[in-house]
Amino acid sequence: MSAPTLPLAVAVPLLAAAALMPVRRPVVRRAVLFGVLSALSIYYAALVAAVADGSVLATAVGGWPGGVAITFAVDAFSALMLSATALATLLCAAFAAASGDDDRRWFAPLVLILTAGVAGALSTSDVFNLFVFLEVSLVPSYVLIMMSDDRRRRTAARVYITASLLASTLFVSGVALAYGTAGTTNLAALVPAEVRAAGAVLLTALAVKAALAPMHGWLAQSYPYASPAVAAMFSVLHTKVGLYAIYRVYTLMLDGDPAFGPVAVAVCALTMAVGAVAALGPGELRPILSFSMVSTNGYIALGAALSAPVGLAAGIFYLLNDVAVKGALFLSAGAVEHRHRTGRLAGLGGLARREPVVALAFLVPALSLAGMPPFSGFVAKFALVRAAMSEGRHFAAGVAVAASLLTLAAMVKIWQRAFVADPERARAPVAPVGFGLAAPALILGAVTVVLGPGGEWLLALCDVAGRGLADPTGYVEAVLGP
Amino acid sequence: MSAAVAVAVLVAGGVFLVLQRGLVRLTLGFVLLSNAANVILLASGGMARRDPPLPGTAGAGDTADPLPQAFALTAIVISFGITVYLLSLARSDRDDDTEDDP
Repeated sequence: MSAPTLPLAVAVPLLAAAALMPVRRPVVRRAVLFGVLSALSIYYAALVAAVADGSVLATAVGGWPGGVAITFAVDAFSALMLSATALATLLCAAFAAASGDDDRRWFAPLVLILTAGVAGALSTSDVFNLFVFLEVSLVPSYVLIMMSDDRRRRTAARVYITASLLASTLFVSGVALAYGTAGTTNLAALVPAEVRAAGAVLLTALAVKAALAPMHGWLAQSYPYASPAVAAMFSVLHTKVGLYAIYRVYTLMLDGDPAFGPVAVAVCALTMAVGAVAALGPGELRPILSFSMVSTNGYIALGAALSAPVGLAAGIFYLLNDVAVKGALFLSAGAVEHRHRTGRLAGLGGLARREPVVALAFLVPALSLAGMPPFSGFVAKFALVRAAMSEGRHFAAGVAVAASLLTLAAMVKIWQRAFVADPERARAPVAPVGFGLAAPALILGAVTVVLGPGGEWLLALCDVAGRGLADPTGYVEAVLGP
Repeated sequence: MSAAVAVAVLVAGGVFLVLQRGLVRLTLGFVLLSNAANVILLASGGMARRDPPLPGTAGAGDTADPLPQAFALTAIVISFGITVYLLSLARSDRDDDTEDDP
């Protein structure tokens, strides 16, 4: 696996999207979408194997000198994130094919552009290119969120675009401040002592993107009203990329500055608590899941805030685990909503008896989200709480445990009212959720089952990634060249 | 200094407009905010200590830094595209207010 192939992961989906624009036959669009996503997944798996020993692949497009060239660098963290997001996108696309969401003419090209943006954001080593790739992933999302049958989609799109655009504007201002002080935007060449203020501005912008409290309000106002496939895709891509960027910027630009530590830990604890409490309120499936997502993002960001190798490794494992868990939850809830035409708990009921397959597809990730053993969510929470304790963040560790109890209560509420309790009023019988709709959630659920008892290899990889972040010498050398 | 004042005025106007209800005003607010970001980008090249890139005015080392200009150009293209999309959203319903939306 050689470094000069890295830009292909961005170029191929973009070119495929351009080629698909005039195509009218759904079968061709679907074939190209699945072909590109499968090829990328295989490519990323090979990347993980290539960087599993802690090495870093880096390339500068066109051989231009640093600062002018578009640089790509992939270390273990990037490669793991690229693999996880590509696989999850593939499964979300499979769900879209089963639910008919991809019948819309622009769906496949937009998803490909989104994929290209995410791939670029996860593999660039330059903050300005990070801004550009974040925009490349956001612009198709502005259109995808409108491809919904929900009557609230206009409000959702407006909230989503406003929050994202504000964050992007703030982010590009932070990039300008970094360039103004350091004369470069290459993450590897930015000296932490010089660019702390710029790094703080970038982190604030990324905190909006990652929906950390108190900037989390937009998430639960927008994700639930996108179509189920699109909401699932956003849940595994957008906030996850924001969290990835927080890890990258916090370790490279602030070097785990102790002055930021207490603030960052406080923000994470607040996010965990606010998300978990808010998740108890709504009476609909996906709003509950969206608030749980806010809470989860607090856990993941806590790994970065601890800024010790053990905390970073635990946070990275949590991040990867949550791609599977949150994807499975949104896909199973989406399958129920797609079939029953409602996400209101009062309008559902008795699903566990009538549709055991989709009930299983929901129950497994729900328990994993709440941190129940033996699923991967338990391993992730355990590793993170232990890391917080060893770093002396006892309060944050306590909040993490309390918030997971509240999350369990929210999941039990869904399970009790939508799956176990009898329907409040007799409804016309609905055809059960087909296997095609439930399969993507089941596959992601199987991942969280396997990663629970058998996640030792992934923990080892996350340890490599965490050490690469804590000591970026290898990354810096690979990007800047000898 | 003049760049800082320009950014302050643009951000003040932009924040005011973004907080309005109508989507057209919100869009115009974002036009102002992204222009403020562009001015910051240009200022990061060191506007005060640079000379115009004209023959006979300065050595090559003192002329304007092209990299922030390229950054600003990229940012302008992105914000232009999003502005057009926002305006098309505003046009897609009979009025641009979301007051009646659930």
